Amino acid sequence: MKKLMKGNVALAEAAIRAGCRMFAGYPITPQSEILEYLSSRMAEVGGQFVQTESELAGISMVMGAAACGQRAMTSSSGPGFTLKQEGISYLSSAELPAVIVDVMRYGIGLGDIILGQADYFQATRGGGHGGYCLPVLAPSSVQENADLVYRAFDVAEKYRTPVIVLSDAAIGQMCGAVELPPFRDHDIDQFDWTLKGRDEAHPNGRTMTDRMYYDFGYLEYDEHIRDRYNEMKEKEQAWEEWEAEDAEFLLVSYGISSRVCKEAVKLARAEGIRLGLIRPIAVWPFPQKAFDRFNGTVKGYLAVEMNAMGQMVEDVVLAARGKTPVYSMATGRVIADSEDVVRVVKDILAGKKEVF
Amino acid sequence: MAMIKTVPKTIYHANSFCPGCGHGIVIRLIAEVLEELGHADDAICALAVGCSCLVNRSLAVDRLQCAHGRAAACAAGIKRTRPGNTVFTYQGDGDALSIGFSETVYAAMRNENITAIIVNNGVYGMTGGQASPATLIGQKTVTTVNGRGQDSGVPIDIIKQLSQFDSVAYLARGSLQDAANILKTKQYLKKAFEAQLACRGYSCVEILSPCPTNWHLQPVEAMKRIADEVTAVYPIGVFKEGKS
Repeated sequence: MKKLMKGNVALAEAAIRAGCRMFAGYPITPQSEILEYLSSRMAEVGGQFVQTESELAGISMVMGAAACGQRAMTSSSGPGFTLKQEGISYLSSAELPAVIVDVMRYGIGLGDIILGQADYFQATRGGGHGGYCLPVLAPSSVQENADLVYRAFDVAEKYRTPVIVLSDAAIGQMCGAVELPPFRDHDIDQFDWTLKGRDEAHPNGRTMTDRMYYDFGYLEYDEHIRDRYNEMKEKEQAWEEWEAEDAEFLLVSYGISSRVCKEAVKLARAEGIRLGLIRPIAVWPFPQKAFDRFNGTVKGYLAVEMNAMGQMVEDVVLAARGKTPVYSMATGRVIADSEDVVRVVKDILAGKKEVF
Repeated sequence: MAMIKTVPKTIYHANSFCPGCGHGIVIRLIAEVLEELGHADDAICALAVGCSCLVNRSLAVDRLQCAHGRAAACAAGIKRTRPGNTVFTYQGDGDALSIGFSETVYAAMRNENITAIIVNNGVYGMTGGQASPATLIGQKTVTTVNGRGQDSGVPIDIIKQLSQFDSVAYLARGSLQDAANILKTKQYLKKAFEAQLACRGYSCVEILSPCPTNWHLQPVEAMKRIADEVTAVYPIGVFKEGKS
């Protein structure tokens, strides 16, 4: 049975149902409902909730729990997400599974609490130091807020990696009908690698640190990192195609902006323009396979996103492999308007807009 | 009568600290205490950044390498996931008192049922002996070449900071300056772990330790400096002991 829920709350409840039993977070708008909801909900299922002194402590507490096999999560936004990066890099180096939610807001530095998609670079480029990558799932509805956080825990454990759920203020704050996923039990002892006290197989104790130090030869580690992330690139691409099959031109958009783009597709088609949409569901790895189907056959790609300069558009340029022109529509602090999107598409088709 | 010296089985490899360093003594004390309490098998260590990293190569318990300063927060995540395990941090003064001050204090504020072990040698050892928050006034380091002055603050007393929380179970400061104090420090560590095992809450033992390399002293002189100068600023003893 579907329930009417706020996006942030749906995400939090889905995490509980996925078996998450440790949440450590810090207040920041527009993600605070996740923290607020879990402050009481976690105790009902026998889990641990801590409102930490900082985001640094929150991600570190998650790391401690993850090292012991727990399904652990933290959430933040904007400036707080920046502070999470230290821990995300450490989680990546020790190869520990955890889920980090960024309910994106707009702007640089303090920025603004209003909706935006300003953290794409930070999420998809390995926002911390050292050159790691990690799967980044980008929900575009209340339902997907629930579904993707649920999936995130599985992906995290499959590769032993942190996973980011890159939601946004609009999706987090809106109410929508949601079919919540079923409750799952999580056994913290199911993996041998988790910290639990030394045993016969580990008489000197487990050494859980940057895997570079103890698990690989000096020249083997780089190869391991390449193999590790290339496997994710191959297997974890996820996207939705919307009226794309016969399209002459494709919009590319994720999250809140993609909802507007679906409306734009409808409007354009009513005017006889065969417009379609590629909506990345995972923004890392970027859905190269989708673009390989259309490269060289469509007239162009228009990346529609809510930030000042365009961020995802750079990935679209890479995905186009030089075979299809790429255009940018960065709508900044204003949510895209479907009629504006159609107007920009018409300008492009009329040769009146520069490529990115 | 011949005396046989044995290494605790919880030390699995000779340590690689500098000659005269105190860390080797501390990890031996931890190993002995955990074995005497019968909890070496279930111990999990949240390890700090700095010279503490070298503990990875010696101490035979499960270990998590934490980000610089965050060991207490990691330890809380460990203990809350596995309350049946014996969980402790191993940190230096730079880690626990400077970049990790917040995590150190808030673990005590929440009365996390963990044991924090803070080895205070008054410098950032691994990075070459820079001043730490625990550097004494007048002490020369590579970042206080004329001696630490008041303009760079005063030595921080973490035990005093943690004493503000009525709920914490056990707070003590020991020293490695001589055999008697090493044995006393071992008792402090034992009490601290016993507090955790009895679920009485947060415990912390700060240990005054020599760093001959960065103090530019011979090992024996370094021990003497602790007795003569460091303990005058950082008094040793038990500062909080709840009911057992």
